[in-house]
Parts: sequence; structure tokens; C-alpha cells
Amino acid sequence: MADLKSPANILTVIVIGLFAVVPFLAPALGEPFYVLVFARIMIWAIAAVSLNLIMGYGGMISFGHAVYLGIGGYAIGILSFHGINSAWIQWPAAIGACAVISLIFGAISLRTRGVYFIMITLALAQMLFFLSVSAERYGSDDGLNILSRSDFGVSFFSLEDNTTMYYTIFAFLLASVFISWKLVHSRFGVVMRATKSNETRVEAVGVSTYRYRLTAFVIAGVMCGIAGLLQANFERFVSPDMMNWPRSGELIFMVVLGGMSTLFGPVTGAFVFLMLSEILSTWTIHWHIIFGPFLVLVVIFARGGIHGLLTRGSDRE
Amino acid sequence: MDYVLLTEQFLNGFQLGIILFLMAAGLTLVFGIMDLVNLAHGSMFMIGAFVGGTIAVVTGSFVIGVILMIPAMLIIGIVVEMTTLRTLYPRDHLDHVLATFGLILFFNEATRLIWGPEGLVVPLPDFLEGSVALGAITYPVYRIVIIVVGLLVALGLYVLVAKTRIGMLIRAGASNRTMAGALGVNIPLLFSVVFGIGAVLAGLAGLIITPITAAQIGMGEDVLILAFVVIVIGGIGSIRGAFIASIVTGVIDTMGRSFLDVFLLLFLPENAAESAGPALSSMMIYILMAAILFFRPQGLFPPKGAR
Repeated sequence: MADLKSPANILTVIVIGLFAVVPFLAPALGEPFYVLVFARIMIWAIAAVSLNLIMGYGGMISFGHAVYLGIGGYAIGILSFHGINSAWIQWPAAIGACAVISLIFGAISLRTRGVYFIMITLALAQMLFFLSVSAERYGSDDGLNILSRSDFGVSFFSLEDNTTMYYTIFAFLLASVFISWKLVHSRFGVVMRATKSNETRVEAVGVSTYRYRLTAFVIAGVMCGIAGLLQANFERFVSPDMMNWPRSGELIFMVVLGGMSTLFGPVTGAFVFLMLSEILSTWTIHWHIIFGPFLVLVVIFARGGIHGLLTRGSDRE
Repeated sequence: MDYVLLTEQFLNGFQLGIILFLMAAGLTLVFGIMDLVNLAHGSMFMIGAFVGGTIAVVTGSFVIGVILMIPAMLIIGIVVEMTTLRTLYPRDHLDHVLATFGLILFFNEATRLIWGPEGLVVPLPDFLEGSVALGAITYPVYRIVIIVVGLLVALGLYVLVAKTRIGMLIRAGASNRTMAGALGVNIPLLFSVVFGIGAVLAGLAGLIITPITAAQIGMGEDVLILAFVVIVIGGIGSIRGAFIASIVTGVIDTMGRSFLDVFLLLFLPENAAESAGPALSSMMIYILMAAILFFRPQGLFPPKGAR
């Protein structure tokens, strides 16, 4: 962030500005559909920012991160199914569920390293995926419709209003980027980044890396859970597919595409990923046949992602 | 408890374990030797089923399908290795995961384009239909064939790795790639061959399950994740660990699905047991994995001299 006029920062400002004005711009251009697309992009961006916290800054490659989207979403869906619509109950429940489950999953998976970690996070996430598929009461494969969005019980703020919903998501996105900025530049963030580059040395100076990694894992889980509860509210629908493993793979790709270990990279990544899939899917239903090789090419040739290309590795954090 | 059903489900679990082993053996070889995380292994399972299944349908002989599948998968595996995966060896695991994730998307879509979205039904040959009596129970011939084929492959793999010259090269490459290369082993060729063998094993697993389940797009992915669980339990890079963990996982998963609700009835009231049973049984092997990792983070049989 040394130079405010660097291409990466200009891109950041453009993307944020676009998010801010789309609810006015899209209807004016006769494309109101894009308000929905942008809301989705921002929800995925929050999830990608949370993954970047542990993957980009902490070196923990979680291949099951989408599970927290599902947990956050199902917390809303299940409570709403039982007639509890108050946001004051739903949101703490969703956040609490994500905190507890990410604590358990983190405590198990952080005992391992490298490829074991990748596979365990994947397996644990799939476990909950299969659990949600087997939950017949809550719709199994078909998912669960949510009749009304979380109710804050006040007249001046209702998520039923689509513009309010949009800007609530926008506010959470800004907050998630701000929180990760604060975290990364705190003592906590320094320990995280040091652990990523050399864990043995960090242990040698007397820091228990396990606790730091676990804390980061839980923070990321909760942040992703918030994306999940926003998604459930926004779509008025939850289904097991929200947390199936390809979603976790897509999240990883968003982070890498935008630029891992950069503050705003995951947001750009989510933006480019979802716009690209939106555009490609209008060309052909077989768009994965283009998208798959594209992904391979990005991995092979564009390692730093978009923000990495723009900054040329000079001032990456 | 019903003895007949118990034996039958045990055999079904053993058969699932065999399928898992064919998958896990390739995965663990590829990882142990090339240090490559290969999600596209699930695609090899699927491609084996579709290619072998198509040959079987066209020629009218399942056996010809199986025989011709072997060179086909060897070639496909080697082509994939040479075109894409080879560039990934020096990269980190994250790049492996992403690039092979891209390959899965590609292969799934390519399969959908070629074979259509419905999948492919492969009939069982007549001589493999029917059941035989095994003591008190009758068991389908074809499932016995799967078990026997799997055990033979496991034996063959053991002989290949432990007793032959190529096995010696594989072990040398696994324990120290640079040193083996310096001693004149053609490492790139070795990697291609190992990847090809892995692809054949995965393809075989996919093909032999096809008369039971039909070939479907994305069929390899659930098996892939179970195979991950298996190699994490067994210890990455260990074929013996993969074998034992496969059988244990297959049996526990299958038995859990059939008997957990009966078992829970011993402790819980009826409706609680009936609703908790299916949910808990789908989670059982993951809980097993978590428990094993808690005590042995390297798995049950970490290979000697691994990184």
C-alpha cells in the first residue's frame, strides 16, 4: 500500500466504487439483473477475504472453507423453518455455530500440516455436506426455502427491502476487508505471517503457533459464516450445494485469481471469477470446458493473480 | 442381530474397501513419489468407467472392455501427466489442488459433451449374473469377482513394488528423487509410468463398479474424497497402509449405514435412534479419521524415510 496511485490500488477503488453505485447504475442502464449479480459477488468476496486470511497470510490451505457458508446459511434456514425470524436470535446463532464448528475442525486439522491439512479440511467439510444431504426434515438435496429474511424488529431497517439488503452486504464486505487489514498489521498478523514463512523459528522465539493458527482459523470461519448468513437471507434459500466441495475449490480459485496475500485481491478475484462465469455461461452451457483449462493456465502462468501482475511483486504484503 | 445380513453387509463393505483401495493406491503412489496432490484422480475413475463401458457396450463383451480399458487409461494418464501435471511438480500443493480442480471441471464437461448428461448403463455379462451360496448366505457372483480382482491387483501391486526392477526404481524415486536421478534413473519417464499405472487402477475401479451403479458424470468425486480419507488414515505414500485403511473404511462405512440405528436403539428411544442413525452413520468414517489423526497425525503407517 506504499503508493496510492499504484495500478492495484486504482483497481481497488474502481471495484469498490462499482459496488457502491450498481443499485443506481444497473437499472439506469436497463440491466437491473446486475444488482443481483453484484450482491452475489460481494457475498462470495466476503467468503474469499476470510479464506485469504488463513490461506494467504497463514499458509493454511483449507479445502473445506465453503462449509462455513453452509453452516451460516443453514443456521438461518433451520431457525426460520421453526418460525424464529428475529435477527437478534438468528445472527448470533449462525455466528456461534460457525465459531464452535470451526474451533472443533481447526483443533483437529491444525494438528497436521501440508497435504494432510488440505485433505482433512476437505473431508470434514464433506462430512457436514453429507449430513445436510441426509437431513430429510430440512429438505435434503432440495434445500430449504426461507420465507422471510432476518427481522431486526425495527421499522427503519428491514432486509426485505432489496436496496437495504444490498448495502448491508456492501457494509459487511467493507468491514471484512477492514478487519483483515487491521489483523494483518497487528502483532497477531505478524505472528501469522512469520509462521507461514518459518514455523520452527516462531516456535523457537517462544510463541505457541498452534493457538495463533487456531484463532485465525476460527476468525476466518466466522467471517465466512457471515457471508453464509447473508447469502441465505439474500437468496431466501439454502441447500447442501452451498457447502459442497467444488464451492471450496472455487473460493480458493477466487483468492488465487485476485492475488493471494493481498488485502483486496480476493475481492477482485471474486469479481472476475463470477463475472467471467456469468458471461461464459451465456455463451454455452458447457462453459466449464473453457473455464477448467483457464484455471489451469492461471495457475501455471499467472501465479501472483491479478494484483500480483499489477504490482509486479514489488510491494506485496 | 441377523447373522446372514451381518455377513452380507460385511462382504459389501469389503467390496467397497476394494474399490477404495484401487483409488487410494494410485493416489498414494502419485503423492508418495511425485509429491503431487492430484484431484483429477477422480476423473480417471470416471473416464475409465465411460471408456471401458463404451467398449464393452460396442463389442458386447465386458471382459474386452476391461482389457482394452487398460492401455486406454495408460495412454490417457500419460498424456495428462505430460501435458499438464509435469509443469506442476516444482510448485506447491495449492497450485496442484487448483490446477487439478480445473482438470476435473474440464473432464466432467468433456464427458457430458461426448456421452450426454444421462450417463451410461453397462450390462453385466451373463456368466457373472446370479448368486452363489456361501455357507448360510447367497451372495452375488459379480461382487465376489470384484473382491477377487481387487485382491489380485493388490497382490500384483505388492509384487511390482517390492520385487521388480521398476518397483525398485519407484521406491528409489520415492525416498530420494534427486539421488535416484543422479544415479541415472530417468525420473520424468518414471513419473509418467507411475501416473499411468495410477490412472489404470482408478479406471479399473470405475469400470468394475459400473455394472452395479452405471457410469455417471462426477462419479469419481465422492470416491476420491473417501480415498483421501483412506490415505490420510493409512499414511500418505504407504500402499500397505492404503490397503488396510481401505478395507477398514469400507467395512465401517457400510456396516454403519446398515446397523447403526439398530445399535443406537440399545441406548436411545426409538424415534431418536431412527433420526440420529442415518446422520451419524454418514459421519462415522470422518469421526474415525479425526480420532486416528488425533493420536497419530501421520496416519497409521507413515512410510519410512518419508519427508
